[in-house]
Amino acid sequence: MLNYIKLLLLGVVAVFALIAANYARDVAYMVHALIIFLVASGLFLWTLRNTDEPVPARILETSYMDDVIRAGVIATAFWGVVGFAAGTFIAAQLAFPVLNFDWAQGYMNFGRLRPLHTSAVIFAFGGNALICTSFYVVQRTSAARLWGGNLAWWVFWGYQLVIVLAATGYLLGATQSKEYAEPEWLTDWLLTVVWVAYFAVFVGTLVKRREPHIYVANWFYLAFIITVALLHIFNNLSIPVSIWGSKSVQVFSGVQDAMTQWWYGHNAVGFFLTAGFLGMMYYFVPKQAERPVFSYKLSIVHFWALIFIYIWAGPHHLHYTALPDWASTLGMVFSIILWMPSWGGMINGLMTLSGAWDKLRTDPIMRMLVISIGFYGMSTFEGPMMSIRAVNSLSHYTDWTIGHVHSGALGWNGMITFGALYFLTPKLWNRERLYSLGLVSWHFWLATIGIVLYAASMWVTGIMEGLMWREVDANGFLVWSFADTVSAKFPMYVVRALGGGLYIAGAIIMCYNLWMTVTRAPAVEAKSPTANATPAE
Amino acid sequence: MDTYSILRHFADSWGLLAMFVFFVGVILWAFRPGSHKTYSDVAAIPFRYENAPAAADRGTTPPAEQ
Repeated sequence: MLNYIKLLLLGVVAVFALIAANYARDVAYMVHALIIFLVASGLFLWTLRNTDEPVPARILETSYMDDVIRAGVIATAFWGVVGFAAGTFIAAQLAFPVLNFDWAQGYMNFGRLRPLHTSAVIFAFGGNALICTSFYVVQRTSAARLWGGNLAWWVFWGYQLVIVLAATGYLLGATQSKEYAEPEWLTDWLLTVVWVAYFAVFVGTLVKRREPHIYVANWFYLAFIITVALLHIFNNLSIPVSIWGSKSVQVFSGVQDAMTQWWYGHNAVGFFLTAGFLGMMYYFVPKQAERPVFSYKLSIVHFWALIFIYIWAGPHHLHYTALPDWASTLGMVFSIILWMPSWGGMINGLMTLSGAWDKLRTDPIMRMLVISIGFYGMSTFEGPMMSIRAVNSLSHYTDWTIGHVHSGALGWNGMITFGALYFLTPKLWNRERLYSLGLVSWHFWLATIGIVLYAASMWVTGIMEGLMWREVDANGFLVWSFADTVSAKFPMYVVRALGGGLYIAGAIIMCYNLWMTVTRAPAVEAKSPTANATPAE
Repeated sequence: MDTYSILRHFADSWGLLAMFVFFVGVILWAFRPGSHKTYSDVAAIPFRYENAPAAADRGTTPPAEQ
């Protein structure tokens, strides 16, 4: 019966998408309508082929739903490489402007590719990592199979569709010009529907859990899911100009819009890239270290302090703007208070290894998780410092900000995700171990050196251009023009692109290693005495 | 008074107080007497149901897997 409703819906969507493509007012919208038509009609055929087929007997409640997580692991690795490649390319574009090819003007110049890069790494790579690890963790720590059956698949594929729509939209110019919230209304609405389903699957699993206590990692994941829903909806309150076009107009305007945007923007960092990934930390670090978290009490204090404080930090993005001083001071104060929960969490993660520090020598995955916590501590120290108004007057609009973001994103988010992927792949594909720990070490060092090159060059260039911009001569005239800073930054831009190149090289090694793990590494041996029998003749 | 002023007054008085009390309450709750035992038990949750969900009738007894 459900299939008939699905067929009806898919048919309506497919026809409507074709009508929309016909009436489309801009190219981005037409391409989106065609993509939606293709997906809907493909799903229609697929559902039709499977309707009224006998339902295969399933092992429903006696096993975990891992197939969707396997897909998530693949998607995470794939989008990671895509996002890193886009980032390395635009880094090279900044150093060598000739890479803004004439034949691709308006599509592949820096301005179009930059949101593609940020969204690909944050939402495609990070988002898929969060979705698949949250599905893994919530099942294991609730001792229950995912709630909602195939709804988890809708979350997975719906999210991939959002990514594709967002990416094609950027290249074709559909953007509402809000940093990290660039997609236009059509993509936003689809993401809202997917996110509600995600929330339902996650909470549904928690509700039917068999562990009486909700493990702390799930608290972080849940805070991430709820807050991102809130942020997404409020920052995307906009009215489409026409249902046949991608353009929409924001409900807020002026400083209210700016404040909403940075309330969103900073909490995208705070809840997407921090709370969600802390959920990963609280599961994968104890698992890989094979010992429980250092202090569970501290983890509870960490959780409540983090979510109560982070939500206020946004205004520090708007120092010296039309935003009232009291509001940006408030944001600054809360950013500084954030030092405490952030470092509490870092200590909690690191100290989980107490008594097992020797694992750092032998286990490159542990090394990866630990350095990610180290980068978490470093960037949560740097961030509050940069939020101080006086420091911000030097750092804002410079590459220092970019360096800060990347030490957090490449170091903390990237490394902990790599660690989680290395942990998950053998488990999910039933392998005894990874294909090669040596390759993990290669990945670790390439990525670490890449981050160091990246962050160091951005510190140098950021502080340099900040100082150049504010330098005045004896008569009060600015000493440097903007173009002077651009040419002075060239060597650092090359180093940065090099760092990005090392980082993506590491990620490609990871993909190879994970692929070989699935295809070549020995399977977990079945409990059979003849497992090692040699073939006769 | 306009909506903005009403909401703002609420936010910087009772709203602020309620959130602060809640926050302090949560911290105190985490350090309540006897919490150590509970928390050292729940900290081991990731090590219990690695491969399969708890059986419906088994309730909360830790399995003997691994």
